[in-house]
Amino acid sequence: MTLNQSGWRPEMGGAAQAEAATYTGNRALMLEEALIFELGDCQTTGVDIAPAPKVASRLGGLERTRDIGLPGLSEPETVRHYTRLSRQNYAIDLGLFPLGSCTMKHNPRLNEKVARMPGFADVHPLQPQATVQGALAVIDELAHWLITLTGMKAVAMSPKAGAHGELCGILAIKAALEARGEDRPVILVPESAHGTNPATAAFAGFRVESIPATPEGRVDFAALTARLGPDVAAVMITNPNTCGLFERDLKRISDAVHAAGGYVYCDGANFNAIVGRVRPGDLGVDAMHINLHKTFSTPHGGGGPGSGPVVLSEALAPFAPIPHVVRHADGHFHLVEEETAGAELPNSFGRMTAFHGQMGMYTRALSYILSHGADGLRQVAEDAVLNANYVLRQLEGVLDAPFAGSGPCMHEALFSDANLAEGFSTLDIAKGLIDEGYHPMTVYFPLVVHGAMLIEPTETESKAALDQFIGALRSVALRAKQGDPALKSAPHFAPRRRLDETLAARRPVLVWSPPALAEAAE
Amino acid sequence: MRYLPLTPADRQQMLAAIGAQSIDDLFVDVPAEAQLDGPVHGLPGHASEMAVERHFSKLARQNLVASDHPFFLGAGAYKHHVPASVDHLIQRGEFLTAYTPYQPEIAQGTLQMLFEFQTQVARLFGCDVANASMYDGSTACWEAISMAGRVTKRKKAILSGGLHPHYVSVAKTMAHFTGDHLETARPSLSAETDSAQLIDAIDGETSCVVVQYPDILGRVEDLSALAARAHEAGALLIAVVMEPVALGAIRAPGDMGADIVVGEGQSLGVGLQFGGPYVGLFACKEKFVRQMPGRLCGETVDAEGKRGFVLTLSTREQHIRREKATSNICTNAGLCALAFSIHMTLLGERGLRDLAALNHARAVQAADRLAQLPGVTLVNQSFFNEFTVKLPKEARPVVQALAEKGVLGGVSLGRLYPDAADLANGLVVAVTEIVSEEDIEALATALQEVLA
Repeated sequence: MTLNQSGWRPEMGGAAQAEAATYTGNRALMLEEALIFELGDCQTTGVDIAPAPKVASRLGGLERTRDIGLPGLSEPETVRHYTRLSRQNYAIDLGLFPLGSCTMKHNPRLNEKVARMPGFADVHPLQPQATVQGALAVIDELAHWLITLTGMKAVAMSPKAGAHGELCGILAIKAALEARGEDRPVILVPESAHGTNPATAAFAGFRVESIPATPEGRVDFAALTARLGPDVAAVMITNPNTCGLFERDLKRISDAVHAAGGYVYCDGANFNAIVGRVRPGDLGVDAMHINLHKTFSTPHGGGGPGSGPVVLSEALAPFAPIPHVVRHADGHFHLVEEETAGAELPNSFGRMTAFHGQMGMYTRALSYILSHGADGLRQVAEDAVLNANYVLRQLEGVLDAPFAGSGPCMHEALFSDANLAEGFSTLDIAKGLIDEGYHPMTVYFPLVVHGAMLIEPTETESKAALDQFIGALRSVALRAKQGDPALKSAPHFAPRRRLDETLAARRPVLVWSPPALAEAAE
Repeated sequence: MRYLPLTPADRQQMLAAIGAQSIDDLFVDVPAEAQLDGPVHGLPGHASEMAVERHFSKLARQNLVASDHPFFLGAGAYKHHVPASVDHLIQRGEFLTAYTPYQPEIAQGTLQMLFEFQTQVARLFGCDVANASMYDGSTACWEAISMAGRVTKRKKAILSGGLHPHYVSVAKTMAHFTGDHLETARPSLSAETDSAQLIDAIDGETSCVVVQYPDILGRVEDLSALAARAHEAGALLIAVVMEPVALGAIRAPGDMGADIVVGEGQSLGVGLQFGGPYVGLFACKEKFVRQMPGRLCGETVDAEGKRGFVLTLSTREQHIRREKATSNICTNAGLCALAFSIHMTLLGERGLRDLAALNHARAVQAADRLAQLPGVTLVNQSFFNEFTVKLPKEARPVVQALAEKGVLGGVSLGRLYPDAADLANGLVVAVTEIVSEEDIEALATALQEVLA
């Protein structure tokens, strides 16, 4: 069959034809796209570069002789390549994105505009400080509101993402213990914690011990306090926790941990549920990271960049990392770096990143905070919690909600895979939701629930959007309970059917090779 | 509030459906004493777009913008011209507002982009494989040291004096807490690097040697001998590349025997942004792939046999392995990796080589011009687009005085090494394609005036 250049042909059409193969492999707006290595070549470029003046090389005899193998595309080809790729992604801009613990809320475009102002985007991190006072003012202003919103003493701004923030908090705790001359090798982590918590503790050289949850989905206070002792450095607690519940006992836990000489680290990934209503500082927390890319809506960008400032209690503030912005009485801002840290922050545990952190995220987050204001932020928490409870109560009749009896949830609702038909799983429900036009919820996390499905709708969804999602999920759940075989092979309508992840791991292909080489390697 | 779609009537209806009297009923698990009884202290009410934009415009005007001035700063962050289509494409909502591609059937755009990015980075660095990005160059550098420890089961790393001092600081912070042992040094204002000393220092306890290429003073040298000695002792060679454009002109570290090559990808696509977000690059030999940190994208097929991409080898990662993971990293720098990859695709090999040639030529012109100034000497024998000059006086106040004249004239070694008197007169000057011959003349003139 030759490619039809002229458009629609009347003899086509009908349901059977929809299944017919096309010449291109495309299905109308669902467009296949090759790799740049298959499209481009090393002589093509999409950038016009002025000829270099003739000079004698000073490259030390290291001139590159071997080809690199980097294909180029002209600008129109480049724009088309990435536009086509983008259309194979789901995104918040397309619809509800209910990933639990990820807070996929709308990303206001004002924040994009502000971050791109040349005064912030086109400034070098090592410019003389007198030439970057406005940038330092943004950092200081955001720091002020993060401290105020959390009721803490200080904030370390530089961590690059949530897990980097966790590392910052844990290093501050280790430094504080060192200053006290104590070696406490153990960190307690509830079994419902994010994987980054135990990984961070181990990365910083601690031994991790797990604390069980109660049947109602909260940290087991008795088990935790029983384990406290002179070898325990800290407890890492997520609040609200990953079961979507507020840890009611957190203040009591903090008091017990402090009495035993330890510190309380709070994973702030779920701060969205309480922002503007609850201050973690009032609950005895010593350190908490704030994912600016969650609560304060800096875009996730397909997996980053994030930003993870860490608020610190009075006990940990002296150990904060450098650099650190301070405001002098005359209104002038100053960056504490290695040079003056000895005098200004003598107990700082040191530097965590090359420069000052994620400036591009600070502008966006501050723009978000100022746009919402005190009333708006409180409304964010309330609407996020309202939306999650609405989802919980509308779906608990069709999906098992193991902690629904524990009272209202916070910003996310948790379900399990109980009562599905034989052979059907959480994964099938997730893939069925894809065909309904949704990104699935977080699946198989937290680990404390079998086949977990964690739904976080966020506050930026309308009631109509929630109702449609609830209807879709109810329909898919019923199919899973009735054992609809078509669900086992979902998704049917996505750019790809289920992908073979086992094959990818067993025979890793991580870079492109020309077909001949790829065959030879097999 | 413009970002919140629920109406008061919606809220009432939803509360009724839940069986709650008021929103406070949903916060019943929060102890009363932990609840704020009023608005957040000092924070005004919600503000219009216009009001917020004005606030930021005012602050933005207080900064000296790189594009508005003759600009010569580098030392780990470089200003290049970024084609307009890069920023346009990364603002496609399907890239900008997507999450980590955990559901591959509806994330092929991000996944294919990452696969292309990994291939570009691996080829540029002369390595077999690369990951899907780290936070930035400095954290990638520590991750490489940490990985070398896992591979060799040794805990002593030797860091060259030519490694960016902030990268050394980051490594020191981490090593202090993990119990790794670091041998560090400072550079000297000379054309010679410390690789001879590094070669002597490698012993049977050494896990890795870390060198920057080009180094903090801009010097470039062949790493082959260092690689050979490291391998002889069972250690790894880690090379750190802060200016990937350099590799359009000079040999790749992987081609000279480096086992792990990490870098800062900011200079392509990302922009200065006062230090972040940037994008960490991480590549290595294939045999070490299971010890790598961070996400990896791999090729596979779907149920119909079509090619597709997934995140793979996740059993290295925190969400599966928890405390036994190779790193705690989760979120990386996906959108910056996209910007890097688009810029690289626009350049292609020919564009990258032309760009590198232009950078080098401009830098040579600038170095020769500055070396004519009375009392100014060029430290480097070799360099790419960044070199160090020794001034007849302390460089730090000179940089400030240049800024007052509207010239952003470089990075003083005094800023980077505040305690090193022997480095205080050093000025590191970066010269990319954005620098015109007039800019070089402006710097030379202003510098001469300041030094007079």
